[in-house]
Amino acid sequence: MGESKLDLLQGTLDLMVLQTLAAMGEMHGYGIARRIEQASGDEVLLNQGTIYASLVRLQQRGWIAAKWGTSENNRKAKFYSISRSGRKQLARDAAYWQRLTDVMGRMLAMGQDGGGQ
Amino acid sequence: MTGKAKTTSGSWQSFANRVWAFFHKKPLDLDLDAEVAAHLEFAVEENIRNGMSAEEARRQALVRFGGVVQAKELQRQTRGLPWMDVLGQDLRYTLRTLRREPGFTIVAVLILALGIGANIAVFSVVNTLLLRPLPFTNSEQLVWIAPPPTKCGLSCATYSTDAYDQFRSHTRSFQDVTGYFAFSGTDNLSLTRGGQPIPATSIDVIANFFQVLGIRPAMGRAFTADDAHDGAPPVVLLTDAWWRRQFAADPAIVGKAFDMNGKQTTVIGVLPASFDFGAVFSPGVKVDAITPLDLYGPPRDEGNIITFIGRLKPGVTLAQARDDSKAASHIMCWNLKYPQTCGDYKDAVVPVPLKSYIAGSLRRSLVVLWSAVGMILLIACVNLSNLMLARAAARSKEFAMRSALGASRGRIVRQLLTESLVLAGAGSVLGLFLALIIVRWLAHQGAIALPLLSTLHIDGAALGWTALIAIFAAMLFGLAPGLKMAGGNLQEALKDSGPGSGQGRKHERTRSVLVVTEVALACMLLVGAGLLLRSFLKVLEVDLGFQPDRAAAVKLDYDDSVPGDKTGELSEEKRRVIFQQVLTRVRSIPGVDAAGMVDYLPLGQNRAWGLPFPKGKTRDQFKNVAGPLVYVVSPGYIRAMGTRLSGRDFTWDDGPKSQSVVLISQSMAHFFWPNESGVGKELTHGGSEDLHVVGVVDDVREVNVEDSTGWQIYYPMTQAGPNGAELVVRTTLPPASLATSVMGKLRELNPKQTASEFRPIKALVSHAVSPRRFFMMLVAAFAVLGLLLAALGIYGVISYSVTRKTQEIGIRMALGATRGKVQAEVISQTLRLVATGIVVGVVASSGVAALIASLLFGTRPADPATFVGVVTLLAAVALLAGYLPARRASRINPMVALRNN
Repeated sequence: MGESKLDLLQGTLDLMVLQTLAAMGEMHGYGIARRIEQASGDEVLLNQGTIYASLVRLQQRGWIAAKWGTSENNRKAKFYSISRSGRKQLARDAAYWQRLTDVMGRMLAMGQDGGGQ
Repeated sequence: MTGKAKTTSGSWQSFANRVWAFFHKKPLDLDLDAEVAAHLEFAVEENIRNGMSAEEARRQALVRFGGVVQAKELQRQTRGLPWMDVLGQDLRYTLRTLRREPGFTIVAVLILALGIGANIAVFSVVNTLLLRPLPFTNSEQLVWIAPPPTKCGLSCATYSTDAYDQFRSHTRSFQDVTGYFAFSGTDNLSLTRGGQPIPATSIDVIANFFQVLGIRPAMGRAFTADDAHDGAPPVVLLTDAWWRRQFAADPAIVGKAFDMNGKQTTVIGVLPASFDFGAVFSPGVKVDAITPLDLYGPPRDEGNIITFIGRLKPGVTLAQARDDSKAASHIMCWNLKYPQTCGDYKDAVVPVPLKSYIAGSLRRSLVVLWSAVGMILLIACVNLSNLMLARAAARSKEFAMRSALGASRGRIVRQLLTESLVLAGAGSVLGLFLALIIVRWLAHQGAIALPLLSTLHIDGAALGWTALIAIFAAMLFGLAPGLKMAGGNLQEALKDSGPGSGQGRKHERTRSVLVVTEVALACMLLVGAGLLLRSFLKVLEVDLGFQPDRAAAVKLDYDDSVPGDKTGELSEEKRRVIFQQVLTRVRSIPGVDAAGMVDYLPLGQNRAWGLPFPKGKTRDQFKNVAGPLVYVVSPGYIRAMGTRLSGRDFTWDDGPKSQSVVLISQSMAHFFWPNESGVGKELTHGGSEDLHVVGVVDDVREVNVEDSTGWQIYYPMTQAGPNGAELVVRTTLPPASLATSVMGKLRELNPKQTASEFRPIKALVSHAVSPRRFFMMLVAAFAVLGLLLAALGIYGVISYSVTRKTQEIGIRMALGATRGKVQAEVISQTLRLVATGIVVGVVASSGVAALIASLLFGTRPADPATFVGVVTLLAAVALLAGYLPARRASRINPMVALRNN
């Protein structure tokens, strides 16, 4: 019961991470987490720690790359950047999400009409 | 979504990365730790910037992060192979559990090792003899060309030089045809390197032999047609084994010459270790050297001396080759000079796959052996199942507890399966060692006349088979108890404290069924072994026509060549003098009862010279009668072999100038003169010379102990040319004790006499029956193993049930039950189980017996003695296995039993 929900969140989070990196360029884990929180208008209650599972998964698939570097305030951190195949994947996933939300929107609108035609 | 849209390459890359990550836990964990620490520092910094106190900033950072431990664990699971980690946990837990119960572990591993080891060893034998292709290039193209089985021995399975040439030129199915000289005996080569001549065995092959088989010498070259010409310088190819043994693996041996049979013979090459002539073509004989066969003489017309081995052209089917050979057989001549011999081979030239010629007759025995060993594995598994069930019953609370604490049913089954796999794995490793020992031992049993046995080894296929049966066994004995355990009711298991409650009783029923199965399987094995044993004893009782006890044979070297002897008469005379001298001297040795010479010993090689028929009749009257096997013997041979004779033996007066005399076998005499004695009758080959039958001797099992062969005819050495000479000595003392004095006498007469082996005639018989003994011994060993395992199973179940009923027995004894009564009850429980097993087993055994009927000799499949014996044995062993727990039950102290629990 908890598994299917986790799956959805997982996939969603992966997409959010890719999008963040695509939009913002190279970032470290904390930065990505904060950026997602801000972009979602704090509507997503994100356990920041879960982002690291997402990052390692994307990394292992070759969609993002990571290297240790130094932040502007001179702190050592691991910086992530999106790869070329990551961008392609992002385009595919974004299109998929767009279609899904469109369909969901229509479905739910139909429900408000009273369910009949 | 990401998960769905991933590409194949992405998933492969991901998998590879995960495997990599699995093996690099440490650095990755450190990396993650550093990253998480940095994350928290960033968060704390930002929080302080936003005006929080240091403490509050840290608290908030941790809250927003979520559980640090959980996040790290999630990352670890995502990046690695979590199921491998679980497996690791299961393995560690299993090893801990098994270490805690060393008794159970040792018994289980030993049982499995025996079962699996026996299986690997037998698989190796089956693989070598039946499954693996012969050790030649494209061996499936090779065919053995011979007539359908006949009673006239090797002579009918061989062909003449003219027939060979004609066959080669009149067939189109074969790339080429080769062969070897079928009539050379053992120790036919004597190597002199200073000192005593050393005996060795060589085989003459047609020059293209190695090309046809696809064997390249490891060193030097193979024969060419030039090596086989008359007058060509003598050359020899050494086998790898002889080269190592006799020539200390001299790397520069090619080109060196040695004195072999008195001729300087050049070594032209060494054969690869993988080539073992004896293993393939004459099981049980070690061939040391290969020499080229001079097909075209002189003398060219030695008769049927060549076996045929052909290599089919690619794409030619066996049926095509058969038709082709059949057509050729109609025009093939024994000797082109005698046109009446053309067509002699009609329909007697039939190719069969070389593999089936070599091992085909063993197929059924091997299948039986394989089944027997499979049954052993089944019994072992049943036994293990029983042990596991007993353990599972004891552990049911542990499992219930784990399950109550949240372990899924799958996880518990997986845990149990891991345990059985670990046990099976350990059993396989030990079994593999066991098999290695058995296989190594078998490969060195040169005396067993089974083909290819010396090439036996554990190969990749055997290892694969090991893995397969290990997993199969683990499933068999692990899954059933596992499912039973996991399927059990949690509540009940927690409540079930043992005696008399539901779950325990159900287990006991399962265990009883297992024991019945075990007893039935053991019964089948024992019946099979019993029948084979009876057959073997019957074979040993066969009247061979000679007395193998207290007789021995040694190969006699003699030189009967006379320079300038054109007609052969001079050398005939010389031979007579040598033989007479040898026999007179040998007979004078104290302890020697009789002595004589023969060119071919029984149960070895043989030959035929066509059919002589009674004078006054015509050949046409006996068209379909096979000729007798021919033996050229000295006076006294018949007596030395202990063969009964009516009429007279040959004497030294039966010389070249006197009338031709022969001895014939009983059944031959009976065929020609059914109602009168054959002694004094005359036989003819159709020519001018008559053969006077001076004596009739018992039929001798010449080819095979188990089948009566064709007839025999004996010619005196003084009238017919022998093909070498075996001196047979009958002694009043054990033959071995006379070996030195006999050899001494022979060397006195002929300093060149090689140090040949002094072979007891009994050993010839033993060699001939060795395949049957081999299979019988193996099946018997498996049956004993099966019986032991079954006894162990019975003991286990009864003993366990006594333990469980301790309290009950205690109460009953307190209420007045006597020791005898308690004991009787336990024993009757045993007998009930065993009786059921025996009934099932006997029924199944009748089926087994019918299946192996063709392997039996002089024994009916429903042999009552065997069945009664097996049932008695099983019952006795079962009683013993039940008696021990019964005695324990009767000694239960009621007070102690009631106080416990």
